[in-house]
Amino acid sequence: MATTTQIPAAPAPAAVHRPKRRWGATVFGVVVLAVMLFPLYWMINTALQPDASLVDVGPVPTGVDFSGFTSALTEQGGNLLTSLAVALGAVAICLAISAPAAYGLAQFNLRGGRTIVFGTLITQMVPGIVIANALYSAYVDLGLVNSYFGLMLADASLGIPFAIVLMRSFMVSIPREVIEAAEVDGAGRVRTFVQVVLPMSRNSLITAGLFSFLYAWSDFMFALTLNTTDDVKPITLGIYQYIGAHVGDWGSVMAASVLSAVPAAVLLVLSQKYIAAGITGGSVK
Amino acid sequence: MSSTTASAAAPPAGPKAADAGAASMPVNPRSAKRRRTLAQWGFIAPAVIFMALFFGYPLVRNVVMSFQDYSPSTFFTGEAPFNGLDNWNNVFSDGLFGKALWQTILFTIGSLAGQFCIGLALAVFFTRRFPLNGILRSLILLPWLVPMVVSGIVWRRIFDQDTGVLNSFLGTVGLPADTPWLTSTGMALVSVILVNIWIGIPFNMVILYGGLQEVPKELNEAAALDGASAWRTFRSVTLPMLKPVITVVLVLGFMSTVKILDLVLALTDGGPADSTQTLGTLTYQNSFVQMDFGAGAVVGNILILISAVFAVFYLRVNRNEGK
Repeated sequence: MATTTQIPAAPAPAAVHRPKRRWGATVFGVVVLAVMLFPLYWMINTALQPDASLVDVGPVPTGVDFSGFTSALTEQGGNLLTSLAVALGAVAICLAISAPAAYGLAQFNLRGGRTIVFGTLITQMVPGIVIANALYSAYVDLGLVNSYFGLMLADASLGIPFAIVLMRSFMVSIPREVIEAAEVDGAGRVRTFVQVVLPMSRNSLITAGLFSFLYAWSDFMFALTLNTTDDVKPITLGIYQYIGAHVGDWGSVMAASVLSAVPAAVLLVLSQKYIAAGITGGSVK
Repeated sequence: MSSTTASAAAPPAGPKAADAGAASMPVNPRSAKRRRTLAQWGFIAPAVIFMALFFGYPLVRNVVMSFQDYSPSTFFTGEAPFNGLDNWNNVFSDGLFGKALWQTILFTIGSLAGQFCIGLALAVFFTRRFPLNGILRSLILLPWLVPMVVSGIVWRRIFDQDTGVLNSFLGTVGLPADTPWLTSTGMALVSVILVNIWIGIPFNMVILYGGLQEVPKELNEAAALDGASAWRTFRSVTLPMLKPVITVVLVLGFMSTVKILDLVLALTDGGPADSTQTLGTLTYQNSFVQMDFGAGAVVGNILILISAVFAVFYLRVNRNEGK
């Protein structure tokens, strides 16, 4: 019924006016985007201005000057590498722990499984500063303060509940027959998981990995609280301390900020599909 | 549910049947089943242990710490004697706690209202079909993906009273151009809220946009045919259908706003004169600046309590939705 009345009625009158209206919406969308992204534009603009003009920054960089980037790279380059190492380590820990758990919770029907899923949802709501508060003294006792491994573990905690929830909601839909077929063929539980389940769950693994990377890369709180020396200093902590030390040198601070925002921009362009899936899937399901 | 009770009932029945042949059989069904269950738990155990260590332990530890006397020397001597309710009394009698609590409430309500309204408006806007819709929609996510500390520092530059671009822009269009955005006690909290709204818009927009996609188009068309205005259709048809998604967005927004730390530290460090101090920053200040972990734990426990109330709320919504 609905379709028969719709097909002749709807497109005909709309088609006459649509092109004009559609571009009007695009113009409005571009304006909205420009307003939303202005702070990020301003960050790049300030980073490219020659030092002298920093008191009165022009709307566009007239003489492009990379000295801000040069000093940001010499002073913060090591911190960028630290961030990269810590974030990659956190992703590895996060996926190694959450992928098997997501599979188990999705497919094994164990007693208490529901309680664990419930607990996972709750952990997402524990304020990070509370964790840091208690973790600090435990880290002191265990000698994990100022260590790469300690920070990777803490940063992995930002992604693990999210990754379990996200991957589980995907793995629930893997047909049981597929898994049983693999086991009938003689594959053990672990081989079935590695060779059948993981490849089938590729998209959710990528999404979970992407988000745990972004969480770890953006982490500031654990970096700030679990490090008392300069041994392990991610870029977020580096920029924060930078601004305390050289408030006058905005060019370098902004250049370092641009460099720290690059992963977000690159990941967004390369994998928008996964990012949109992660934001909606991880939070609603 | 029925399958778990069935498998739970199975073991007691198993051994009786297997008893007779148990001696000759190398593996009886009961121990085989137990081994299988054990192997299955092997997949989940690492995650359970990790979460117990990184979420369960801190929750318990924080409660214990709030009754202990920590001082900077504690970390050398290892001694943190119990001191009853001293920490709690100290925190509550200090006017700063009440101030931080009130500012947390203002910050949370202000941020949520702004993020949600603008996010919803943009989500509705993007349900229209127009060229470049997809690209514009995904680029708008950028502010949400950039590390929060970095956003805070960029805005700190924009807000600068004398050399910031915001005041110089306001001056150009003929408005008062000397607002001390971050340096006056009256404006600082408003400014921090504005930045947090900016950060939260993409998240609200994406989730609400997803929710809007689920609302059947036929319903809106039917309402339009009945002569309902666009606004009326939105209010009476779209919004009620969107309610579960709206609840999730607001609860998640609440959870991430109430514990805010990064942004405030980057923008104002809690100042000027504690005018942007929130429960999150107060926990940090107590523990990691004054090295009084007992006092930090007290504020942290309050923060957990507030979060717990909303966690229960969230889980109820989540469960009802799953059914």
